[in-house]
This record gives sequence, structure tokens and C-alpha cells, in this order.
Amino acid sequence: MDLLRIATAGSVDDGKSTLIGRLLFDSKSLDDDVLAAVEDASRRHHGDYVNLALVTDGLRAEREQGITIDVAYRYFSTETRKFILADTPGHVQYTRNMVTGASTAEVALVIVDARNGVVEQSRRHAVIASLLGIDHIIVCVNKMDLVGYDESVYEAIQAEFAELMAEIGVRDLTTIPMSALHGDNVVEPSANMSWYNSEPLLRLLEQVPVRQGLDDLPLRLPVQYVVRPHRAEHHDYRGYAGSIASGVLRVGQRVSILPSGHESVVTAIEAPWGLVEEASAPDAVTVRIADDLDITRGEMFCAVDDPPQTTQEIEAVVCWMDDRSALRRGDIYRIKHTTRSAKAMVTGINARFSIVSLCGEPDVNSLDLNEIGQVSLKISVPLACDDYRRNRVSGSFILINEATNATVAAGMIGEPQFSFARSER
Amino acid sequence: MTTEIISPHLRPESKHLRDLESESLHIIREVVAEFDRPGLLFSGGKDSAVLLHLALKAVRPAHLPFPIVHIDTGHNFPELLAFRDRTVGRLGLDLVVGSVDDAIASGRILAPAGADISRNRLQTPVLLETILKGRYTAVFGGARRDEERARAKERVYSLRDEFGQWDPRNQRPEVWNLYNGCINPGQHMRVFPISNWTELDVWRYIAEEQIELPEIYYAHERQVFERDGMLMALSSLMQPGHGETVGTRTVRYRTVGDMTSTAAVASEARTPEDVITETLAMRISERGETRADDRSTDAAMEDRKREGYF
Repeated sequence: MDLLRIATAGSVDDGKSTLIGRLLFDSKSLDDDVLAAVEDASRRHHGDYVNLALVTDGLRAEREQGITIDVAYRYFSTETRKFILADTPGHVQYTRNMVTGASTAEVALVIVDARNGVVEQSRRHAVIASLLGIDHIIVCVNKMDLVGYDESVYEAIQAEFAELMAEIGVRDLTTIPMSALHGDNVVEPSANMSWYNSEPLLRLLEQVPVRQGLDDLPLRLPVQYVVRPHRAEHHDYRGYAGSIASGVLRVGQRVSILPSGHESVVTAIEAPWGLVEEASAPDAVTVRIADDLDITRGEMFCAVDDPPQTTQEIEAVVCWMDDRSALRRGDIYRIKHTTRSAKAMVTGINARFSIVSLCGEPDVNSLDLNEIGQVSLKISVPLACDDYRRNRVSGSFILINEATNATVAAGMIGEPQFSFARSER
Repeated sequence: MTTEIISPHLRPESKHLRDLESESLHIIREVVAEFDRPGLLFSGGKDSAVLLHLALKAVRPAHLPFPIVHIDTGHNFPELLAFRDRTVGRLGLDLVVGSVDDAIASGRILAPAGADISRNRLQTPVLLETILKGRYTAVFGGARRDEERARAKERVYSLRDEFGQWDPRNQRPEVWNLYNGCINPGQHMRVFPISNWTELDVWRYIAEEQIELPEIYYAHERQVFERDGMLMALSSLMQPGHGETVGTRTVRYRTVGDMTSTAAVASEARTPEDVITETLAMRISERGETRADDRSTDAAMEDRKREGYF
């Protein structure tokens, strides 16, 4: 059994919560007492049918207002796979929540109401998923029951999405017609859409490749913590603990340690399950090396022949997440990149991107809550980093406001996944 | 150079457990590296036993560089306290106990009358007092998001203010594996390394890693009586009321809280593997089946967490 992380976004109207409720219910991940509570609440609130949205809206305010406010995590599994689903609200004011959910996901579910076609919200979800580097997008064309299970309606939406995907550089697009309310093509195939000749959603989710290509990338292992037992039987022991971001680490391998620039040879690798000859992402390991070097948290073990760039000046795509302040040129923040913390000064805001029109407005003065743009940063220390499009761990960072301690931005080093057209001001 | 290879008991069917394990170790190591005074909440229950096991792995071969903290409600099952003391002794851990009985005796908190009244709410002030006294800046807990729908919304790093309160509307975005551990004086972080584990994941891990648990997690004979459809253990704290009859049943515990609020389930499962088989067939949630404290209202857990609960 392996593990797949999924992100979804949507509002009550397009049936997202119903779809999730259906996935949980039909994969038998929803317990009877939870279902009974939902049935009871459905009767009190609405009446007609079981409102599966009530399963996922965990906060009192969400249930009262009938909206999803925050990211919720859901778990379900089949014989072959465990799924972690980050469920986020879909409105524009929750862009930061969508970014949060998408940051760790390998698949995005974009939900479209068959009656409305590709609306702004579904476009936005797809664009955010693409910007966050999600390779696989599954478009669920929901509420097919309300358009009479009409194949031509589905085909029109499919064509429109294919066009958008080409524009935003998504590698793997799948579309699927369904009715979450009635369970068509969620877990069970649909008897109402014999013209659809692929599989229901859950079967497709079981087939998405996990962590594709990570082992083929060059080694990146940020040092989190130096283990020094200070005990007689481990007198000279010094181990470097961290999680492998990419590549394969082997005993006997020569590694460079950046940004300090040391080199050494790996003498032992301890995985959580014992000493091993090799390890790969996402293993949390402890490494010992042949030389007695001064290596601290924030350094990174890297492939000698393919190192990251070491730089104090970066360009990055950022999503601004703070509701109490805006990002402005000249501001200084705390940056956390892998396990390294430093200061970062905003030296330029090169563009503000519209994720609806796919245009970029050059040289703007600020980025406000939920806005996405490209910035130049000067860092107080050198960072060993990769382009986000190549490596989601060594290419990502957060900015922290030092006065409030709030996480104010999510950043991706390098150019965006696809190019935005330049807009005139 | 010696390369002693410990055979990894890695089975293809448990790849997901290894990913979860690595994620948990990553979180624990972030805290140990970034916080000056961590502590680990240890109730002696299965989730905290798994959490402790992971914490030991995260710093191996060093000793645990922080204490384990137990909030003793005074209504604990004796088997849990014995397990706690056995574990502390075997691993040479530093144990800190916050006692609800002591807080009542000294008049710091008021106890509601009646032996069988739940002390669930009384844990919160004692927990906060213990965190303050120990000056802990980060406190590990074994909560899981699959337990309850308010927990499904909580971050791995859950910021608490001076009063220990959780503000669900004002949580920090948690992107990638970049955790923001910045706090102001007086605040502390609750950290939940096994957030993404389910009940079944925990049991499969216990089976694979042969993690010791209190014996009451496995089938045993016990004198119980039925109350509100739940099997409550007979004890000095819990006596049958009018019309409730005591009988000896073969039971085990799915969750373990106070004797006054935790129910047993009828079961013949005597090993972790038996429990896994039973859990797979189970159609009722663990808290719904066994926790009287979560039954009071729709939002019982959210309300308690807002007040500073685990």
C-alpha cells in the first residue's frame, strides 16, 4: 500500500463536499455513527437528501454558514493505496488556503458544475494547481444528472479544459463525467453514462503515479538536526538527521555540503527501520560521513556532479497570504528555506499575475492578500536552492513577518510554471 | 568501517506507514532543532505510545532531549499508570506529572461534586499550569485528524496563546513541509506529528514495530455495566445506577481516557493483528463508540480545544 496526496477546491454549490462525502462513504471510510449524525443534521437543516457536506465542514461556523472556511484533511484508503485529501474552499478570498492544500499534493481534483461549464473558479483552481507544480489534474464534471447525462455537454467542457491546460502547461489532464449526489463514476461506474468508457474516479486515483521521477533528480538532503549523543558508548558519534528531498543517497557516495562547500563520503545511513545501504525521498534518515567537519542545521547534502545554485539573490513567484499587511519593495522578512532561516529583503516586485486572465502586470508597488506575483529577494546568507519547477523542496520557501510571526507568503524560486502574457497598464 | 545491516522489516503493503513515519520524524526533528524547551504529552494511550516511539527514533542514538509530561486526572486506569512508570523506567525518561488531584487539594481548581463526574474539562487548567511551570515552548501531542472533524481542521503546528486557546479562524498557513515555529513570549506551540495517521495506521505500526501498550488495549475479562449503550468498567469511581446490572464480559479498550468517560468494547482481539482485523470490520468511529466526553454536543471537541484542551 502506498500513499497519495490529493488537493481539491470548490464551493458548496459545485458539489465538492458531496463528492468527498461520497468518496468516503462509498469507500467505506465513513463510520456509521458519523453518517447517522449527518443524516440527523440533514433532516434538521434541509430535508430532501443526506447532505454529505456536513461530514467535512468541521467548524461550527462552517456548518452554520454552509461554507468551507479552511483546509480540512480527509483520509480514505483502498486495498492498494492510502489517500490524504486536502479539502479547501474555492472562493477567491481563500486562494491562500488553496495554495496550502496544493503545496504537498500530487493530484488536484477540479470540480465543474456541468450546467455552468468552465467558470472562473474552476479556471483558478486549475491555474493554482499548475503553479504549485501539480502534474496531474483530474477534472470532475459533476451534476451530470442535471443535464440529463448528456454526452455533448460533457464533451464541450472537456474541450474547453483541454485548451486551458495546454495554456497553463499541465502535463496530465483527465476528465470524468459524474454525479456525486447519486454516486455515478465516483466509486462505482455509472449505469447512466454508458458512453463514458474509462474508469470511475477512485480507480483513476489508484493509478496516478506516486513521487514520479524524484529518484532521478540529483541528491538533496537538508540537514535538520545534528545528533550528538554525549554518551560513553557513542563518544565520537555525530549524525546528520534530515529528510531526503530528491535523489538516491548511498553508502560510499561522495557528497558536497552546501553552502559551506565541504565534501565528504557517506559512511553510514540510518533509516527509521535500521541501517541501510541506500535511501531515497521521502525517507527521514541520519547520515554519518568520513570527515570531521563543522556542519550545522541549514546545510544541504548534495550530488557532487549536479549541485544546486548557491546565491543570495533570488527571483521567485510568491502568493501573499497576510490579511493585515501587504508586500512592498524594501520590506524585510524572515525567510525559511528548507531548514535554513535568514532575512530576506524585497528588492523588486516584478509582476502581479492575474490567474483569471493569465496576464502579468509589470512593476507593481505591492501584493495584497491572495495576490500572486514575481519578486526579487536579497537574502542575508547564501541559500543552496533549485528552481521550484525542478524541485519542490529545495525550490520553496515561506516568508514570516518578524513583528507578528505570521506566515505571510509562500514562495517558489524561479519563473512560474507557464508564462503569463504581459498586460498593458 | 562497519556496515551492520539491520534487516528492514519493510513490506510492500506497508510503504505508506514508512512515508507517514518519515513525515513524523521530520516534524519531531524540526521542533527539537528550533524550540528551546519541548515536552511530550504522554497519556500512556496507544497514540502517545506511538508518538514516544517516533520521538526516540528521531534522535537515536541520543537520549530523548526533553521530558515526557503526563496530566494525571486522578481518574486514570491503574493499568495505564503502571505502563507509564514501566516505560519511564525502561527507557530512563524524564517524567513530569501535572496532577488534577493536587490542584483540587490545594484549592487551585474546584472539583464538581460526585465521584463519577468527568474530569475531562479539569485537565485543561492543569495542563496549562504544567506547561507554564515547565516553561515549555513546544508540546508534542498524539492527536490525529481522523479522530474528529474539528481536529481535521487543525494544523500540525497549532499556535496557542497565553491562555492555551486555539483560534481556528486565525491559523497560520502550513505550506510544503515548512513549519513556522516563531512564537512570542507566553505563547507555545502544540505540535501533532501523527496528524495524518488513522486509527488503522496506528495499529498497523504497533504491529510492525512491536510497540508495547497497556494490556487493557487487548481482550481481557472485566466487570462492566451498560450505560447509555456503552460498557463502563466497574471501579471505585464508577458504580452501577438504578437498573444497571454488572456482568463479566470479554472486552478491550479502543481509546483510553478517564475511567469515568471511556467505555470498553466487547472483543476477543488479543494481539495487534486481531485488533487490525477487527478495526477493518468496524463501522463505528472510535470516539463515537467509546468516549462519553465527545457526545455532549455537535461541537464538543471544537469548544474544548478553543479553551486549551489537547
